[in-house]
Amino acid sequence: MPIIETTALTRRFADVLAVDDFNISVDEGEVFGLLGPNGAGKTTVIKMLVTLLVPTSGEAAVAGWSIRRGAAAVRRNVGYVPQMLSADGQLSGYENLLIFAKLYDIPRRERRQRINEALTFMGLGDVANSLVRTYSGGMIRRLEIAQSMLHHPRVLFLDEPTVGLDPSARRAVWERIAELQERLGMTIFLTTHMMEEADSLCRRVAIMHRGRVAALDTPAALKASLDREGATLDDVFIHYAGDSLAAVGGGSYRDTRRARRTARRLG
Amino acid sequence: MTPDGHGAPHAGWADVPYAIAAFVRKTFVIAELEARKLRHDPTELFMRAVQPTLWLLVFGQVFGKYRWHGEGSYLDFLAPGILAQSVLFIAIFYGITIIWERDLGLVHKMLVTPTPRSALVLGKALSAGVRAISQVVLIFIISLIVGVHINWNPLHLLAIVLIVVLGAACFSTFSLVIACLVKTRERFMGIGQLMTMPLFFASNAIYPIEIMPNWLKVVARVNPLTYQVDALRGLMVVGGVSHYSIALDLGMLLGITTVFVLLGSRLYRNVVG
Repeated sequence: MPIIETTALTRRFADVLAVDDFNISVDEGEVFGLLGPNGAGKTTVIKMLVTLLVPTSGEAAVAGWSIRRGAAAVRRNVGYVPQMLSADGQLSGYENLLIFAKLYDIPRRERRQRINEALTFMGLGDVANSLVRTYSGGMIRRLEIAQSMLHHPRVLFLDEPTVGLDPSARRAVWERIAELQERLGMTIFLTTHMMEEADSLCRRVAIMHRGRVAALDTPAALKASLDREGATLDDVFIHYAGDSLAAVGGGSYRDTRRARRTARRLG
Repeated sequence: MTPDGHGAPHAGWADVPYAIAAFVRKTFVIAELEARKLRHDPTELFMRAVQPTLWLLVFGQVFGKYRWHGEGSYLDFLAPGILAQSVLFIAIFYGITIIWERDLGLVHKMLVTPTPRSALVLGKALSAGVRAISQVVLIFIISLIVGVHINWNPLHLLAIVLIVVLGAACFSTFSLVIACLVKTRERFMGIGQLMTMPLFFASNAIYPIEIMPNWLKVVARVNPLTYQVDALRGLMVVGGVSHYSIALDLGMLLGITTVFVLLGSRLYRNVVG
């Protein structure tokens, strides 16, 4: 049974159809990438799958639970790192995890051990007691991932996990994501518009364009499908989502402002 | 779809005690989160000291010399009003924190945890209460200095803390509801400014309701601040009298707070939409 399955998932905002008849199926234990230009609807898909947004129509099941009728159960089974900054700068790294351990009902006797494990895993053991506002962008991202994996979710949703990070910080995040999948067999669903990221991390990718799935396969198969010597995932991206300059509602002012603000905070 | 041991949705009467226990526990986790932030950086609390000091020291001292016909000194009358006022000022802008946290992404992450929305709202309300308690200490000190006749009965002190926390919860959830409706900082600040002064002046905080014109009396009687002031007046100073009875004051504050918490829980997810 697939761990995520969407059927005709659709979401409309006023006059914009953000997600339009979206169908995918993700296997347990795979790293799945959702690619697409700004405004393609990637974040809207994630928000629906983690129960932040109710679909206009259609249905999706995550870890066997309907996002409409089983929202509470879905929440217990997923971890979510939003694109924006979501660790609290006014608390220490340890405290950030402690609060989440409590919100996820991790028993008192296990808390300390789980938190320390997560911090060590993410390479943050030494800075556990420093305030998060003194962290670098890469450290904050790793802390956020630690925060959302504390309760060992079956699916981890990462919305643009490396946006605004420098190459070495980005690489560190990639390594952690790959290891999470390898060691814990966690299913990871991430969005990105960075082809290199999808290429190096994901078993399969879906290219999203104007709210729909334009192509879905392994990175290798997608490249081969172009029937062109030495095609990169960039070429695939442009092939399937290339006319985004003309896209209606693509990358609104609000989205752009948010993305820039996030980039600035993390940078 | 079969339950998989990772937590089934809770339904049925047998789960009600479990749900209540979870609600209470989560509420305190949210309050703990806010208290920890305050512990790392308590400067805000000291900044809050300036305004009530001015009211008691300047306004209270001067106005008290000018035609005060009430019983006791004007400062005795004013001190509970200023306590309620500073609680109001702390709480009424509290909603902006949720807009701020929404802009960051904290609210998104919080909403994806298995935490009841009502616990998120009530937790925030309680933490506004924690901030408000600091004002009690502060205003007692200033009151002592300017010569207010404070009632030191420990039961009264306890009741004051309760009323203050409840008042802060009431206005902070009101503020949260507004924040969920207007969604942006700019609009929220505008509306916040707009509400604060009418709430303050259309209450019994600095003058008795009896001297108000009739239309204003009506406003004052539906204003929750009036009931908070009334209770504090009965508790804080020697010979203080609560006009409506403390039970009624408490009931009004509890009732209004409950309504705001319920409203806030319904609207909370709107803020991320």
